[in-house]
Amino acid sequence: MKPTTERFLAHTEQALRNAELRGAVQRATALLAERRREAVASKPDFEDLREWCAAVKAHTLDYLDRYLAQLIDVFEGRGGKVHFAADHREALSIVTELCQSYGVRRVVKAKSMLSEEIGLNEALQGIGLEVIETDLGEYILQLANEVPSHIIAPVVHKTKEQIARLFHDKLGTPGDATPEVLAARARAILREAFLTAELGISGVNFAVADTGSLVLVENEGNIRLTTSAPRFHVALMGLERVIPRLSDLPAFLAVLTRSATGQKITSYVSVINGPRQPADTDGPEALHLVIVDNGRSAVLADPKLRDALRCIRCGACLNSCPVYQQIGGHAYGWVYPGPIGAVLDPGLLGLKSTKLLPQASSLCGACGEVCPVKIPLPELLIEHRRRSVEQGLAATSERLAIGAFSFLAQHPALWSGSTALGRGLSQLLNRQGYLSGAWLPVLRAWLKERDFPAPAKRSFTQLWRGGLRDEK
Amino acid sequence: MRVALFVTCLADQLFPEVAVAAVKLLRRLGVEVTVPDGQTCCGQPAYNAGYHQQAREIAAHHLAVFAQADYVVLPSGSCTAMLACHYPELFEEPGQRSEAGRLAARSYELCTFITQVLGVSDVGADLNGLRVTFHDNCHALRGVGISEAPRKLLCAAGAELIEAVGHDVCCGFGGLFSVKMPDVSAAMARAKLAGIAATGATVLTSTDAGCLMQLQGALRRQGGSVRVQHVAEVLWQGVA
Repeated sequence: MKPTTERFLAHTEQALRNAELRGAVQRATALLAERRREAVASKPDFEDLREWCAAVKAHTLDYLDRYLAQLIDVFEGRGGKVHFAADHREALSIVTELCQSYGVRRVVKAKSMLSEEIGLNEALQGIGLEVIETDLGEYILQLANEVPSHIIAPVVHKTKEQIARLFHDKLGTPGDATPEVLAARARAILREAFLTAELGISGVNFAVADTGSLVLVENEGNIRLTTSAPRFHVALMGLERVIPRLSDLPAFLAVLTRSATGQKITSYVSVINGPRQPADTDGPEALHLVIVDNGRSAVLADPKLRDALRCIRCGACLNSCPVYQQIGGHAYGWVYPGPIGAVLDPGLLGLKSTKLLPQASSLCGACGEVCPVKIPLPELLIEHRRRSVEQGLAATSERLAIGAFSFLAQHPALWSGSTALGRGLSQLLNRQGYLSGAWLPVLRAWLKERDFPAPAKRSFTQLWRGGLRDEK
Repeated sequence: MRVALFVTCLADQLFPEVAVAAVKLLRRLGVEVTVPDGQTCCGQPAYNAGYHQQAREIAAHHLAVFAQADYVVLPSGSCTAMLACHYPELFEEPGQRSEAGRLAARSYELCTFITQVLGVSDVGADLNGLRVTFHDNCHALRGVGISEAPRKLLCAAGAELIEAVGHDVCCGFGGLFSVKMPDVSAAMARAKLAGIAATGATVLTSTDAGCLMQLQGALRRQGGSVRVQHVAEVLWQGVA
C-alpha cells in the first residue's frame, strides 16, 4: 500500500467533515472498548497475563534470530517451506512466483494486514489472477475498492446502510437488505470461491518456534477454509510474530481476544502444523511461510522503538484513542492507524514522511493503558517527536518559539517582563473576557472553533506580592 | 507545615483565582504557604513537543527554585506529572537525577496533598446540593494516579457528584496539540461536552485549568449552561 501519511492534515479535515464515517467509527470503537473493559474486568489475572506476555515478547525480540532459526527448522522438518523477504518487492515476487509455478488462477485470501502493507492484491491481479478476500469486512472493502481503516475491524468506517447500498450496486441484493441477507449473499459467493480457488493466502497471528506451528485467530471460519480447502497455502508473517513455545499460546490468546473483541476466545483458533502429512486425508499439498522484514529489522535494532514490535495487533489502542475515534483509520494514510500506527509507521517508513502521525495525539495515555503487551505508546510518541526535533523536521517557527519560551522560562525577570507585556497587549483584544484576534498565528488555530480567555489583568504573582502574601 | 506553591504558568497568567483559592484553602487547613521566587513554567510544552534539551534546562531551573521546599503543591495534575514522572527521566547526571527524584517525591497535586499528606477530606466547604461532574485530567489520572482525592473533597463538602460518560476520556487539549491539530482537538472537546451535558450537572470541575480552558472555550461557542470551574475554586467558594 502506497503511504499517504504526508497528507495527514488534509485527510483529517476530510474525515472530520464526514459525519457518517465519524458516527460509524465512534459507535464501533465504543462498543469494542466496552466489551474489552468487561472481558478484562471478568479476568482477575489479566494484569499478570499482560505483564507476562509483555515480558515473553520482549525476551523473544531480544533473541529473535534464535527463535526464527528454531521456527524455520521445525517448520521445514514437517514439510513446510520458508521464504525470507527483505522488503515488500521481494515478498511480492515470492508470492507471485509461487502462484505462477503452481499454475494458479484463483486465489482466496484471509485477512492479513501484512498483505495490505506490501500491496499483494494489486500484484496478484497484475499477473492476471483473480483474488477474493474472504473476511467479510475485507470482502466488503474489496467490493468498494477501499483499504481497511482498522486492524481487526477493517470496515469499521462504514454503516450497515452504506454496505447495503454497496451490495445492491455490486451484487444486486435489495437496497435495504438486512445484515443477515447481506451476509448470506456474501457467504454463497465465498463458499464457491473456497471450493474453486487453487491457493489460499493468510497472515499469521503467532508463529510458535518450538512446534513450528502457525496460529490463526478468527470468528468467521474463512481462515480455516482459506488455509485448508485450496491445494496450496501461503502464509505471510512479519518477522516479529514469533512466540517461543506452544505452552505460551494460551496466555497470548487470552490477552489478544479479550483486548480485541472482548471475547474469552474466538470462534476459531487454527494451529497449523505443516502441509498435508502422509497419513492425512486432507489439507493443502504445500505450505509456504513468507517471513517479511520490510523495515522491521531496523525497528528491532532500535533500542527504544523495538518495544513496538511486541504488538499482537489487537486494535485496543485504536478503540481507546480519542483521536482515532474522531478521524478513523484512513486519515493516517497507511496500513497501521491509531497510536500503534503513529509509533510503528515512522519506524517502518521513516520519520520524514510520517512526522505528523506522532503529533496526532494529546498524549492522554489511554492507549498505553490498554495495550495487552504494555508497549509504552505515549513514551514512543514523544520519542518520535524528540527525533523529529533532532533531525530538523520540526517547523522553524516552532523551533524558534520553543527556544524563546524556554529561554524566558529560565530567566524569571525576563519571564515576568514579557508575560506582563503580553498580558497588557492582550487587553487590546479583550472582548468581554475573551480574546478576539483570529489574525494572529497560533491564536487563529485556537479561535477557529473555541474561545480563548483573556489573560488576567493582574497575574497571581502580582496579587501575591500585592498583599496576598501577607494575609493570614 | 510549610508548602511551596508551584503556581503553574497557566494559573499565574490566565487563572490567578485558581491559585488564590489554593492558597486560601491551604491556609485554612493550617498550612503555611510560600511562593518561591523565580518559578515560571514546568517545561511540559517543550518536553511533549520533543525539545528535551530545553525541557531539561527548565527542569534544572526549577530544581533550584524548589530546592528548599519540604513539599511542592501544584493546582494541576498535569504539571505534577511533569515534575513527578518526567523530570527524573530528563537527567543522566546522577546528582541531578537524584535531586529530580527527591523533587518528584515531594510534589503533590493540591487535592492529593490535602487528602494524603494532610489526611483531610472535609476542607470545611459547604457544597450541599451542588450538582458537580468531574473531568479527569489524563496526566493526573494515568501519570500520577489521581482519581479519588478531588472526588473525596467534593463529596465530603456535600456536593452531589454525577459521573459523566467518558469522565476519564481526554478533553482534547493536549497543550500544543490544541493548536497544532485544532480541528481534531475541538472535535474531542465537543465529544466530551456531550457526555457532560447529559449529566445535568451545574458545575464542571477538574484538577486542571488547561482542560477547563479547552472545555469552556468550546462550550462558549456551542452554548450550554454548565459552569466551568477549577476544583480549588469550587471548594473555596464553599468555604467563603
